Amino acid sequence: MAKKILTTPIKAADLADLNVGDIVYLTGYLTTCRDIAHRRLIEEGRKLPVDLDGGAIIHAGPIIRALSDDKYELVNVGPTTSMRMEKFEEEFIKETGVKLIVGKGGMGEGTMKGCRDYKALHAVFPAGCAVVAATCVEKIVDANWKDLGMPETLWTCKVNEFGPLIISIDTHGRNLFEENKVKFNEKKEAAIAEICKHVSFIK
Amino acid sequence: MTKDEAVSRLTDTIAKFVAYTGKALPDDVKRKLQELGKQEDTPLAKILYETMFKNQELAVQLNRPSCQDTGALQFFLKCGASFPYIGELDKILRDAVVQATVNAPLRHNCVETFDEYNTGKNVGTGVPSIFWDIVPESDRLDIHTYMAGGGCTLPGKAMVLMPGEGYEGVTRFVMDVMTSYGLNACPPLLVGVGIATSVETAAVLSKKALMRPLGSHNPNERAASMEKLLEDGINKIGLGPQGLTGKNSVLGVHIENTARHPSVIGVAVNVGCWSHRRGHIVFDKELNYTIDSHTGVKI
Repeated sequence: MAKKILTTPIKAADLADLNVGDIVYLTGYLTTCRDIAHRRLIEEGRKLPVDLDGGAIIHAGPIIRALSDDKYELVNVGPTTSMRMEKFEEEFIKETGVKLIVGKGGMGEGTMKGCRDYKALHAVFPAGCAVVAATCVEKIVDANWKDLGMPETLWTCKVNEFGPLIISIDTHGRNLFEENKVKFNEKKEAAIAEICKHVSFIK
Repeated sequence: MTKDEAVSRLTDTIAKFVAYTGKALPDDVKRKLQELGKQEDTPLAKILYETMFKNQELAVQLNRPSCQDTGALQFFLKCGASFPYIGELDKILRDAVVQATVNAPLRHNCVETFDEYNTGKNVGTGVPSIFWDIVPESDRLDIHTYMAGGGCTLPGKAMVLMPGEGYEGVTRFVMDVMTSYGLNACPPLLVGVGIATSVETAAVLSKKALMRPLGSHNPNERAASMEKLLEDGINKIGLGPQGLTGKNSVLGVHIENTARHPSVIGVAVNVGCWSHRRGHIVFDKELNYTIDSHTGVKI
């Protein structure tokens, strides 16, 4: 099966045939963007220093080695817990026109609505695989809001077939982690009942 | 060796060891991941394990930390009361972290609370975390190093149950954490459970439980059986790698316990991610060292 590759700028039409569980790769530009950048845009009403219309972000804080003359080398980069940005993401998608959000673990109702209404995806890059991710990054092309420190700076990277990216929220209103969670919780109740038969140590 | 030379050598060795543990997983974790990966049969779970293994190979090959989140450093010490550098140890560990931050390199993960700025060195007020156990009549220094990343720190939870809730309540508490924050914490997870009186005693135990080698058991027969019950139970939930479903959810479940006040059961959970970057190094008073977490390591 051919690799599905998304290229920035991404259009809504590029996402229509994609569904949760599909694996895609990204070529083009990818900007790291996490807690404080989301907070600044939504709560503080500050303009994001990067144009994300049709673009892609990754909830990630990389390790960067500073070279001379404002040049940087990316040592590694990997996704962080996306749920931390849930509070802001629906509004973020609406405000920025971002089309692909890469992160780790699931996101909630708001992001799902944002992805459905404004046509965007949330996808998971295998967490803890920061060197694999780094090898898909050709170079860092821009760094903004450096006052936030290494993990929170918006590092814009030129990437080539960045992935695997497992789609967890699609444009059709499906949310893989939320669907799995229902199954996990059913199985959990059965497992608890079984364990409890054996742990009545207080009598 | 003068005292200054000794302090410098100890700092340097710990710094190099910390940097190394960011690149290579301990032997027991590597073995367990191979074992769990083989059991998965869906294409999605397989590609996840493949990427994880490829990442670990690349990290060593390219000499880079395997995960971008190199954690807020924690050290669990069993320090002999007559270890000759006991008085300098606090400074040695801080200096070692600063050195590793530059050389590994480590991500800058130390934000001063309230003042809200990143120190850029991985040291700050009370960071790295140093947990001291003083061992009488010993001149050795035993250190567990741990890179506690944000993802696997987030599920941490502690509370005090009433005795009426019993170990059944403990079970529910642990299982609830697994299906809430656990699935975002990079499963398969190592699950540490502390059972004691209060939140702080249970919490420290739950983290110490993560320093135990995989496959080890609590010496108490009932506690060991509960470790196995929880391990099987969490696996049955089917979180799978990265919480994206699969046959296995955990690397193991470790319970550590103390006695408790009769009116309460303090319980805490801490988890380690699949990339469980723990190291174990032991120094004698001449600073000869042995490392049993990673075979063949040269530092």
